[in-house]
Amino acid sequence: MARTATAPGVPTTRVGKAALEFDDRLIVAGPLRRTLNKVFPDHWSFLLGEIALYSFVILLLSGTYLTFYYDAAMTEVVYDGTYAPMRGLEMTAAYESTLYLSFDVRGGLFIRQLHHWAALMFVAAIVVHLLRIFFTGAFRRPRETNWLIGIALLLLAFAMGFTGYSLPDDLLSGTGLRIISAIILSIPVIGTWAHWAVFNGDYVGEEILGRLYIVHVLIVPAILLALIAVHLLLLVKQKHTQFPGPGRTEHNVVGNRLFPAFAGKAGGLFFIVFGVCAALGGLVQINPVWLWGPYNPAQVSAASQPDWYVMFLDGSTRLFPAWDINLPGNYTIPALFWPTVVLPGIIFTLMAAYPMIERKLTRDTASHHLLQRPRDVPVRTSLGMMALAFYVVLLISGGNDVIAEKFDISLNAMTWVGRIGLIIVPPLAYVFTYRICLGLQKHDREVLEHGLETGVIRRLPHGEFIEVHQPLGPVDEHGHGQLAYGGAPVPKRMNQVGGARRAIRGFFSPIEEPARVELEQQRSERGLAAAEADRELTSSGRPSDGGRPQEPRD
Amino acid sequence: MTTREDAPGSTGGADVPGPLHGGPDDDYTPEQLAAMSREDLDLLGARYDGVQVLHTEPGPEPGSRLEKAAVRQVALTFALAGLAAFAAFVVYAGSGWFLPDWQWEITESGWSALFTPLIGALGGLSLVLVGVGMVLYTKKLLPHETAVQDKHDGSHFDRVTTGATLVGGLHNSGLARRKLITRTLVFMGSGVGLMLVMPLGGLIRNPNTGDPLGTTSWAEGVRLVRDDGSPIRPGDQVPGSLETVFPAVPGGNRQSDAATMLIRLRPEQVRVDRPRENQEDFGYGDYVAYSKICTHAGCPVSLYEQETSRILCPCHQSQFDVTRGAQPVFGPATRPLPQLPITVDDEGYFVARSDYIEAVGPTYWNRERI
Ligand code: HEM
Ligand code: FES
Repeated sequence: MARTATAPGVPTTRVGKAALEFDDRLIVAGPLRRTLNKVFPDHWSFLLGEIALYSFVILLLSGTYLTFYYDAAMTEVVYDGTYAPMRGLEMTAAYESTLYLSFDVRGGLFIRQLHHWAALMFVAAIVVHLLRIFFTGAFRRPRETNWLIGIALLLLAFAMGFTGYSLPDDLLSGTGLRIISAIILSIPVIGTWAHWAVFNGDYVGEEILGRLYIVHVLIVPAILLALIAVHLLLLVKQKHTQFPGPGRTEHNVVGNRLFPAFAGKAGGLFFIVFGVCAALGGLVQINPVWLWGPYNPAQVSAASQPDWYVMFLDGSTRLFPAWDINLPGNYTIPALFWPTVVLPGIIFTLMAAYPMIERKLTRDTASHHLLQRPRDVPVRTSLGMMALAFYVVLLISGGNDVIAEKFDISLNAMTWVGRIGLIIVPPLAYVFTYRICLGLQKHDREVLEHGLETGVIRRLPHGEFIEVHQPLGPVDEHGHGQLAYGGAPVPKRMNQVGGARRAIRGFFSPIEEPARVELEQQRSERGLAAAEADRELTSSGRPSDGGRPQEPRD
Repeated sequence: MTTREDAPGSTGGADVPGPLHGGPDDDYTPEQLAAMSREDLDLLGARYDGVQVLHTEPGPEPGSRLEKAAVRQVALTFALAGLAAFAAFVVYAGSGWFLPDWQWEITESGWSALFTPLIGALGGLSLVLVGVGMVLYTKKLLPHETAVQDKHDGSHFDRVTTGATLVGGLHNSGLARRKLITRTLVFMGSGVGLMLVMPLGGLIRNPNTGDPLGTTSWAEGVRLVRDDGSPIRPGDQVPGSLETVFPAVPGGNRQSDAATMLIRLRPEQVRVDRPRENQEDFGYGDYVAYSKICTHAGCPVSLYEQETSRILCPCHQSQFDVTRGAQPVFGPATRPLPQLPITVDDEGYFVARSDYIEAVGPTYWNRERI
């Protein structure tokens, strides 16, 4: 109970008084309360975007630390530092500063590795987050803008990764830069001009590291920061989507309020992500540039692998046949242009345009705030799996030399496996996924109609054995369930519908009283029922079926 | 402090309340609010924000065994997190003080190899435990609410009124009528825009002056030298060997397009050797020299398989046959590695007879024209 003061509502505590002073000046109590009261739905897959966000924060922190030591100069120096095997070697100042950071700064190596692991985590989280959005249909109206921003963020993350990877100027990153240079050169008509603009002349020149550096630490992070801010503002404005379930409609969000439950969990997740990156950064060596050696255009290390997110482009480059196109007038479109510029161009354009494409095909222009289960949208799910299969074949081909060596297969065979796989695996993935989706759908409907398998076998008077089924809801005169499928998971085992009571807590001895647990369970059931009663519900808790690409039903 | 009551802006001050901002203070007097419990106030505010708390499952009962167990668990997690953090600090600060030095040089103790892993393990453990503790706290000790918030569609009122304001402003400006102004605005806009991006023009440079892509520092009489600068005579290598050579010019071994492979063919390779047309005399005896820069994407080709006479590029596995003028025989490369014409000078060392007769490295749009 709030203690009543002399004048009603005037704070008596010091904190209260300070808060009043504060709000008198800034008038934030209203917006703050609205923020604290904001409801967030709860599902593990909604954490993926958060992981990406937290990795970005870690990247900003660790990257800023790296800038205290890193020097993007390409002047040649002779190494004279702690790492004995390299003393006397000629290298660029950039590479030397990376060695210094690794060997002569207390904890420098840790931060460098932390930065690199966080970068891998960042891209991975973005990609998985994107898959979640895709397969659940969260990109549909009104969220197309955020889908586009997401694609832009993914591209910028690639840009960050590539520019960062090039900074240490070791043998691996130099080789990567060499390939980028060739890719820029391969662009028809403007290739050489573009190369001269980027490198300030022929490969490699004196400028490129300085330029990559400012792109890596200022230009792209600033754009990323701005886009992430818009991404989150839109999320708050449009509210989070939710999976269909009891009491959940197109017009509400069911979950926890920001404060304290959601904030507690989100804060916890931040520290867990940070901790995992830190542990990886200390325990698992990554990019040991001192082993690669300084960049030298005449040298290359065998089995040079880029970071995982670039591998698919490496794969496409390996698989694409040697087809230069010679045009009249002695002009050439280099073979390299297709797998490295055109292919990613097509992939990202298709990805960006997908919400529009689906809207055109399904003619579904309605707003959607309830998510779909992938099985309920077999065409989209299968298309997604097909794209994923295409990607995975490219990814594997990016490491085909390693695989060839490990399993003693000829490289040429691996290349052909990749080329043929690229054509036949994706359609197979489509067909398989489609079948699986339909099977899952059918099973859901079966359970709704006939009830759960109880495992109880009964013998009928005339000798026939049947398995007893537990209906999930009211049944008609034939014993068929009348519940319609609502787009939410259908329980498949008796325990999921309370066939067994939840276990009493306590490891060595029970720390709860059984009676209390029972009471609690009853209470929670009543709570849900009450919740449902005063919420308007569409028949299935889900909007009309307009929400998904139409499928022939069997 | 004195205030001159007659100066505008210096009277009144905080004593005169302004119009209120936000909540419905008219509906709820301070007395009414003061009479409500904190829980009710919380729910009232939530309702005002469109949030309804459907159902609250209280946390464990104070003093119950359930609560004690949960409290112990959370406290233990936080304590361990603190412990690991302090331990990480001790490792960080203590190295080179009461612990062995962390620096790489001192490998005998093994400590320098442990320093980074220890920091990572302890630091990471600490942070993960902080996170786990927070999650445990929310899951086990806080009440579990189920809340519903309404989602609002755009309001017709807002659209119409905002539209009126926007269109009204535009209308009042009279831009639609005053064509002369619109036209000059367009003209001015394009001019100013162009001027603002103008400095980027400094980036544009002509790649075709002096043909830097088509030339290297190889030239007639330039010696072939090793990375350390030593010149090479025929017979220095055994048949079947490959050596990377550079032009004997300052910095030649660091140039990105000059690296060349000097290959001594074995007798059976010489027998089947079929150089490219008009390049039959580019070799010298059983020696041939090819550019080391892959014609695909510019990696240095490096692996030489003597038995098959193939040179393999590690980047995308293009393979070039040295007995067939370094034609590509597999992989994505489309063109042979350019051949450097070589001979020996008066002192018997290898020299180039000229620069490469074609551009080395990756293909580009107007390569064939240079
Ligand atoms: C947002 C995404 C970012 C990604 C994906 C990313 C990625 C990378 C990668 C892969 C490296 C090479 C690491 C290595 O040496 O092993 C790197 C290096 C570096 N990054 Fe980042 N980074 C990001 C953000 C930042 C930010 C915000 C800053 C600074 C404000 C920064 C500063 C640096 C510096 C100075 C280096 C060179 C350090 C060195 O290698 O010695 N990075 N980055
Ligand atoms: S760079 Fe040699 S095969 Fe691609």
